[in-house]
Amino acid sequence: MTIRAYVLRRLALAVFVLLGIASITFVMARIVPSDVARTYVGGNARPEQIAEAEKILGLDKPLYEQYAIYMKGLVTGDWGESLRTKRPVLDDIIHFFPSTLELVVAALIVATVFGIILGVTTAHMRGGWLDHFMRLFSTAGVSIASFWLALMLQILFFRMLGWLPVAGQTSITVAQAHPITQITGMHVVDALITGNWVAFWDAGRHFILPVITLAAYPMGVIMRMTRSSMLEAMGLDYIRMARAMGVPPRTLLYKAALKNALGPVFTVVGLTFANALTGTFFVELIFAWPGLGYYATTSILGSDYPAIVGVTVMIAFVYVIANLVVDIAQAVVDPRIALR
Amino acid sequence: MEVAQTARLADWRVRHQSSIDEARYNVRVFFKDKLAVAGLIIIVFTIVVAFIGPWIAPYPEQGRGESNISERLQAPSSKHLLGTDNYGRDVLSRVIYGARIPLLISFVTTAAIVLIGVPIGGIAGYYGGKFDEVVMRICDVFLAFPSLILAIVFVAFLGPSIRNAMIAIVLSWWPWYTRLVRGMAVSLRERPYVEAAKTMGVGDFTIIARHILPNSFGPVIVQMTLDIGTVILAAAGLSFIGLGAQPPVADWGLMISEGREYVLDQWWIGAFAGLAILILVLAFNLVGDGLRDVLDPRSKR
Repeated sequence: MTIRAYVLRRLALAVFVLLGIASITFVMARIVPSDVARTYVGGNARPEQIAEAEKILGLDKPLYEQYAIYMKGLVTGDWGESLRTKRPVLDDIIHFFPSTLELVVAALIVATVFGIILGVTTAHMRGGWLDHFMRLFSTAGVSIASFWLALMLQILFFRMLGWLPVAGQTSITVAQAHPITQITGMHVVDALITGNWVAFWDAGRHFILPVITLAAYPMGVIMRMTRSSMLEAMGLDYIRMARAMGVPPRTLLYKAALKNALGPVFTVVGLTFANALTGTFFVELIFAWPGLGYYATTSILGSDYPAIVGVTVMIAFVYVIANLVVDIAQAVVDPRIALR
Repeated sequence: MEVAQTARLADWRVRHQSSIDEARYNVRVFFKDKLAVAGLIIIVFTIVVAFIGPWIAPYPEQGRGESNISERLQAPSSKHLLGTDNYGRDVLSRVIYGARIPLLISFVTTAAIVLIGVPIGGIAGYYGGKFDEVVMRICDVFLAFPSLILAIVFVAFLGPSIRNAMIAIVLSWWPWYTRLVRGMAVSLRERPYVEAAKTMGVGDFTIIARHILPNSFGPVIVQMTLDIGTVILAAAGLSFIGLGAQPPVADWGLMISEGREYVLDQWWIGAFAGLAILILVLAFNLVGDGLRDVLDPRSKR
């Protein structure tokens, strides 16, 4: 298979998967016993008000027609109206998305950099006490409940040390004195590109704890993967040969072995994207971070079904696109992947 | 009678000598991994504590949910080793009782996930064709979405409760096992012994049950051990958001949620429950790693 055919096939699969997720969500949303129309008009509504709400929401039509309308809406950008905010769901999502993107990308960068450094180090020290300790450390990273870690970090860095703010994206005083011009919607990035240093420092300080929390799981996974694929690379013939010929260990480790080990590591980075996205549901709730995860959990607790459906489809979209990019990038770097 | 039994046992020993040796070797390899053994001890300890909770908890009635407002929000002391929560309940008793739901949820749902996912994967991989194609495309859809988020969305629609949390987790997790077993079934069906069984007229069902599934046993057990930990985290997460265990039940995830409001001053309400989750999930992951080295040595960690 050529790269082109591979890309086309992956694209087709991506579209199929998105339609599938949208359909599953539709089925779930339609077999719910709870009363969508009642949530829309409020608890004490009269029967005729509920009937009218059903008409507005299209619930009086046959199921296949509802499905067609739903799918058409998703494609054309009409994602319905939030039952709580009474605003179009898509507008809400576009408003909340940049904050989440900022968190997830930063967390994955931190996780990848530290995960690879620690993974290489432990592979080098294989079998020593540091290696054992780091195995425990990286396993703890994938065993910790992110919402608990978030709370413990708040106790440590806010309550005990007083170094970092407890929650939110900016301090009110700073936001009033040095308002951030919205360009991308990402606070830290916007403050940086507009040269608003006071706000950048402030937003950056608010950024640290959520990023550490989100990075814990991916870092554990990446560290383990780096260690094992480094050990495997160190066993390859030409590297053993190079060692036998007296190439210094440092050059061997970072130049020859690491290059070979990075392939599987980046596959794992793509996979941990799912964990980082999931983590935002908890982390944003605890750090009062107005992103997609926060919007999702508050919608779920408020039985805001159109919003839940919208967020689900959006997350599916982001996740599928991210995986597509990772897969294609890998196929370009290593054409053997496209042949499988 | 006894002689016949001993003879039969000896005969069985001779015929299964290689399997016995292999099992002995595997056990020895597993027990060489000190961290895995530590994990195993922690798991057994937690299960025992969950069972004998009513007898060892200092305040069993508070473990079951009874409040004691006069002693609310007390710091750890000799009377309440881990302090009390906002209803005055002894946190140590709550942590002991709180082991039950995570263990129950994780064992039951993981078993259900395997019972659903493994046979579907075995059948799809063995027969191939249209059924395989359909099953794999369904798996593609499920696996192309973060499983826990899918579970959260399912519970959001089903309504919050432990039962619904379990249903949601099963619904969103089974495809992982289907894909795992399907891949092995595809390679196993070409093996000479399966071909031989086929030529001898052994039925498809028997081949799947006797040759395909038992040979994918190792990786499935490893994956299960690791997933029990993941499911404990998932269930705790659902409870934390308010979609799983409901008050006044003692559950670690719920305890962290209840302690969240007080976390900056009365940190002990949620801290110990989260520590318990960390230790138990860590234990399952260490055992899973140890088992993988034994049962599935080709895969890497």
